Amino acid sequence: MTPPTGIAVTGLRKRYGSTQALDGMTFTVRPGLVTGFVGPNGTGKSTTMRVILGLDAVDAGTALVNGKPYRELRRPLTHVGSLLDATAPHPSRSARNHLLWLAHSQGLPARRVDQVIDQVGLGAAARRAAGGFSLGMRQRLGIAAALLGDPPAVLLDEPFNGMDPDGIIWMRGLLRSLAARGRAVLVSSHLMGELQDTADHLVVAGRGRVVADTRVADLIAAVAGRRVSLRTTDRPSATAALTRAGATVTATGQDTATVAGLPPDQVVRLLTGAGIPFAEVTAHRATLEDAYLELTRDAVQYRTPTP
Amino acid sequence: MTPHAEWTKLRTVRAWVAGLLASALMVVAVAVLTGISTDQRNAPPVPVGPEGGPVTDSFYLVHRSLPGNGTISASVIAPDGAPWAKAGLIVKDGTRPGSRYAAIMLTGDHGVRLQHDFVHDVPAAPARWLRLDRDGDTVTGATSADGTHWTTVGTAQVPGRDARVGLFVASPQVVRGRGTVPSASTAVFDDVRVPPGHWTGEQIGAGTATFGGYPRGTIGSFTETAGRLTVTGAGDLAPAVRDGLGSGGTLREILTGTFAALVAVIVLASQFVSTEYRDDLMRVTLTATPRRGRVLAAKAVVLGAVTFVAGLAGSAVAVPLGSTLARASGVYVFPVSPWTQLRVELGTAALLATTAILAVAVATVFRRGAVTTVLTLVVLPYLLVAQLPFLPPDAAHWLTTVTPAAAFAVQQTLVPYHQVSGVYTPYNDYYPLPPWAGLAVLAAYTAVALAVAAAVLRRRDA
Repeated sequence: MTPPTGIAVTGLRKRYGSTQALDGMTFTVRPGLVTGFVGPNGTGKSTTMRVILGLDAVDAGTALVNGKPYRELRRPLTHVGSLLDATAPHPSRSARNHLLWLAHSQGLPARRVDQVIDQVGLGAAARRAAGGFSLGMRQRLGIAAALLGDPPAVLLDEPFNGMDPDGIIWMRGLLRSLAARGRAVLVSSHLMGELQDTADHLVVAGRGRVVADTRVADLIAAVAGRRVSLRTTDRPSATAALTRAGATVTATGQDTATVAGLPPDQVVRLLTGAGIPFAEVTAHRATLEDAYLELTRDAVQYRTPTP
Repeated sequence: MTPHAEWTKLRTVRAWVAGLLASALMVVAVAVLTGISTDQRNAPPVPVGPEGGPVTDSFYLVHRSLPGNGTISASVIAPDGAPWAKAGLIVKDGTRPGSRYAAIMLTGDHGVRLQHDFVHDVPAAPARWLRLDRDGDTVTGATSADGTHWTTVGTAQVPGRDARVGLFVASPQVVRGRGTVPSASTAVFDDVRVPPGHWTGEQIGAGTATFGGYPRGTIGSFTETAGRLTVTGAGDLAPAVRDGLGSGGTLREILTGTFAALVAVIVLASQFVSTEYRDDLMRVTLTATPRRGRVLAAKAVVLGAVTFVAGLAGSAVAVPLGSTLARASGVYVFPVSPWTQLRVELGTAALLATTAILAVAVATVFRRGAVTTVLTLVVLPYLLVAQLPFLPPDAAHWLTTVTPAAAFAVQQTLVPYHQVSGVYTPYNDYYPLPPWAGLAVLAAYTAVALAVAAAVLRRRDA
């Protein structure tokens, strides 16, 4: 039997005073995939990541990295690399020296430091005091720290923050290549667009628990499948006919509307049967953003209103 | 691995390395300033006893020659000028200050004593009659209640063919408030039996640094009437203490820069922890080393080690350099054995290192700067006792017993003598605790702070 790899989070519960920050958070991060970790602010994403890294304790539940609690890992940076939000090195220490002490803490050679500096493209800046770094450079330094131990799992909190467009493209490529080499990658983000074409899998958090845990392709297909774009010269008749069949029709222009609740083939059959002219019926091209909004809208419906 | 990482952290922030060097340099710089800023070149000479320590050897002596064996005896009425006023019989190897002697005496408040060579003091039962026998170099003291039946108190060695035998009266300075004032005493000697010769009366050690002088309107003198001698004198035969020697200096004074180094070390140690919380770096540290006790231990070990090395470098240069410069300026630096000097240097380094570890622990508990807290615990009590001569002795003793400032006892080189009335306060370099016990007080505070820090760090969300 091969040892379990990846990250497994099971039933995490944590309460701060009267706030239930984590309420049964459960998901896994599998090797070879980029797992996006998304959700509105305050839904426990960062807390979950800190729990995985052994920084915060939980009231109940377990978080295992390669089958072990983080605090039991020897040389943990060789098991999981991490970048936490707003991490900053000492302002007057150089980036290279920051990585050097981290390397020493894991018994890694200084050679490894120079390798990750090249890998994240810090180059000459690595010898400068980190206090003068832009947010984007700090993020690259944080990525370098995460990659230092060449770990099989990587956990990144908002890595796109402060990155310029070049940096975002680079980051996406890096995440894809890590997954392609069999790494388990967990990336949190509040901007779904950043994860488009990057994440294979999506864990959507809401109110301290997982509201959706799905492959990105399935999610987009599911959301898109429920919407149809319609172009017709007789929108009122079409609307009436489709509504009678149980669909929800939203006008999007003089001749266009979006139909929800009926698949495209049924829309075509209905309109043809009713003799309503139409120029175009297409399945809606959904973005990850749409999918996310759809999901969190649903999530909101389950919620009890907060005073 | 973790100590290596913490050492890398420390050495890669230039300000911290500079702070370490500065702390060592401050110890040296203050020692140099202390050495050259005092001019005691015109101070009177300090008598040195047969065992090498500074002594007070000034008293009124009525004496005659005793080249060989002989006996002297007399009945004495106790002197009354001071608790440690002394009146009795003496055999002394000449009148040069610091020469060897044996004496048996009545004191103001401390009964009969047999004393020799300044530091040795043997109490005896109450008596009116005193006697010294010299046989070769051996002098034997005896007392009697009636002049007939004698009890031997003890013996001492007094060599010398030029020895003097006689009667003496000494009256040391008495403690008044936070200082001392001179005293004089008069004693009456009856039934004096003595080898043949004639009496010479003179004040011994009048020009020495440890002679406190006579009260205004009093002088040393003796009168002889029908075999009864009345002698008035001042001074003492005793080891010198700090407040009896104005031109004296101690290693603790040469190491005054320790307090400046402590401030630098406390700031450094506190920042070593607090900047990690300020920059959210502690999360990275604890991610790299999830066993949090190890992180705390590594920080303590690294800071303790580097401050110990810096402190030892500073004190090992400062003590010999400062002593040499001070002696060149005429200051009498209380002599210490090589072991004592090593203890002062190692102890100063340990004081700095332990305080640094205390600051690490306190900053870990607070998650921010610990400078004020540790300064208040360690440096403030020291400044109070070392810089305020008017601090009540009880307060000074309390501060140097129960606060971490007790650790400054590692720098003390003076020992109090029960047979000398002195101002034995930390201000005068007399600490209530022995050197290592004082350091142990600081170590105990540090151990408790470390235990609390470890518990808090383990339990707290990072």
